[in-house]
Amino acid sequence: MNSLYYQKRLSRNIGDKFFTSLSVICALIAILPLIFLVTYILYKGGSQITPELFTLEPNPPGDDLDAGGINPALIGTLIITTIASIIAIPVGVGGGIYLAEYSKGGSFSRFIRFGVNVLAGVPSIIAGVFIYALIVSTKILFGSMYSGLAGGMALSILMLPTVIKTTDEGLKLVPNELRYASLGIGASMYTTILKVTLPSAFRSIATGVVLGIARAAGETAPLIFTALFSYYYITGFEDLFYEMGSLAVLIYNFALEPYDAQNKLAWAASFILVLSILSVNIFSRILATFTEKTKRV
Amino acid sequence: MEEKLTLFKNRKRFGIEKNIDIIFKNTALVLSSFVAIILLGIILVVFFQSFESFSRYGLKFLVTSEWNPVKDEYGAFTAIYGTLVTSFLSLLITIPLGVGTAIFITEDFVPKVVREIIGSFVELLAAIPSVVLGLWAIFVMEPFFRAFFVFLHNFFGWIPLFSTEPTGRNSLLAILILVVMLLPIVTSIARDSLNQVPKKLRNAAYGIGASRWKTIFSVILPAALSGIMAGVLLALGRAMGETMAVTMIIGNSNAFSWSLLSPGYTISSMLANQFGEADGSQVSSLFYAAFVLMILSLVVNIFAQWLVKKFSLKY
Repeated sequence: MNSLYYQKRLSRNIGDKFFTSLSVICALIAILPLIFLVTYILYKGGSQITPELFTLEPNPPGDDLDAGGINPALIGTLIITTIASIIAIPVGVGGGIYLAEYSKGGSFSRFIRFGVNVLAGVPSIIAGVFIYALIVSTKILFGSMYSGLAGGMALSILMLPTVIKTTDEGLKLVPNELRYASLGIGASMYTTILKVTLPSAFRSIATGVVLGIARAAGETAPLIFTALFSYYYITGFEDLFYEMGSLAVLIYNFALEPYDAQNKLAWAASFILVLSILSVNIFSRILATFTEKTKRV
Repeated sequence: MEEKLTLFKNRKRFGIEKNIDIIFKNTALVLSSFVAIILLGIILVVFFQSFESFSRYGLKFLVTSEWNPVKDEYGAFTAIYGTLVTSFLSLLITIPLGVGTAIFITEDFVPKVVREIIGSFVELLAAIPSVVLGLWAIFVMEPFFRAFFVFLHNFFGWIPLFSTEPTGRNSLLAILILVVMLLPIVTSIARDSLNQVPKKLRNAAYGIGASRWKTIFSVILPAALSGIMAGVLLALGRAMGETMAVTMIIGNSNAFSWSLLSPGYTISSMLANQFGEADGSQVSSLFYAAFVLMILSLVVNIFAQWLVKKFSLKY
């Protein structure tokens, strides 16, 4: 009769308790530092935010009094990520369309899908090394060496696999009936893709692409010897062909400076970078769950 | 009837439309092959740029640790050793923590809402740029752990791994910041593969009287193993290629030391530090090091993909 009840002393129950507490400890060790990290970045960086930050140039390290602002780096990050998107989105979406709509699972498409996964695993600094060899050291871009344009190209290599993958997967989720219906009433293949399948996969593709852009915006390694860094305002189109600052490289450079003023600037830049990346992530997550719920109804 | 037939004839697709269709398809084809072109381009460019150094030092480059631009002598052993040690040791810490956390959020110890919040929080952390983690490591982690490192050295100094006096930045800090970076990757992939194990298996194990952890160890974990392994390999690839956070905290010294408490080097931190100012045969040697790094991460990544394909769950 006794064996029907839960017995604390049984070795299996003791073992279960032990492992349960072990996994709780694991979760605590894993999560607590992470929570601490995020709150610290937001607190420490947030306390450095001033209006001048957004309008001034950073002062060269050395004068301890005033570090200035991060305007050129902020604009630079926007420009470099825009360049990367302009390159990576058309190429990636086009490639994804081919994989999902045209390929029939042959060896070419399998090779490309494999290549996408491999490219996604290439260390980001290698993308920088590649662009350095191809563009910076050869001065192929109208004689300019380090430039915002080269930085954007390096980032686009990192964005490309994400864009192709999300396009491919998003298009695969579109039901085949839609394609049959469109082709059945006489639409050609490209009309079907542009007017039917792409629009119905738009939400999921856009989410993936936006997340890819957000990730690229925080990348530093491909920029440190392609776009380099600049202390000066970006004033015109021709600045694309010169060294260009970015938030990520600013954080890297100024974190290693021995001066307190520069370190503070690095914290402020981290705050802006982390806050924008996190809000993009949270927003697209909410959007994704919201659309999932409406689809189920 | 006649009328209808002519109408039908007019409905024929125009030549122009057919051409657009063909152009569209071929454009998509070309765009998709860009991936292969870029990948091959990266491999070829890095290989040919490293050719000078490769022909001069051969495989000796991999086992000597002289890095002297003045004497023009280069060997990347310290950096390669640093890359391997930091990535493997950080993985060694991350795997139990990450898998334990994944089990915690897939079992029903706490309400589902709490688990989902923890899960998405961990995933959000993967989005934090590594350069910000490096900043945090310099100003928060290093002072926080300093006393602990001194303790390690005082009590375990007889072990070669802790044999040097800790002075600021060192390899152990790089390992710890890598743990912070890898945890979200391992946890979320392990969670996904644990979630994919069919409920039937769990119920069957419970039904024949297995306890919860007996079920986890003998049924659930083995079933999810291939997914978890693939996640671990992906994390390994990420750890080897990780640049910014490691560069900022590892101390960047090419002097070889067994001790984790002394400054070290990794291939990627060497590239980040020296590429901008290098010239002559130093550039070629850096490309050689980059080539080694690329081969390492390619092998790990391809092995991960093979593993997924070979052992993916089939129920």
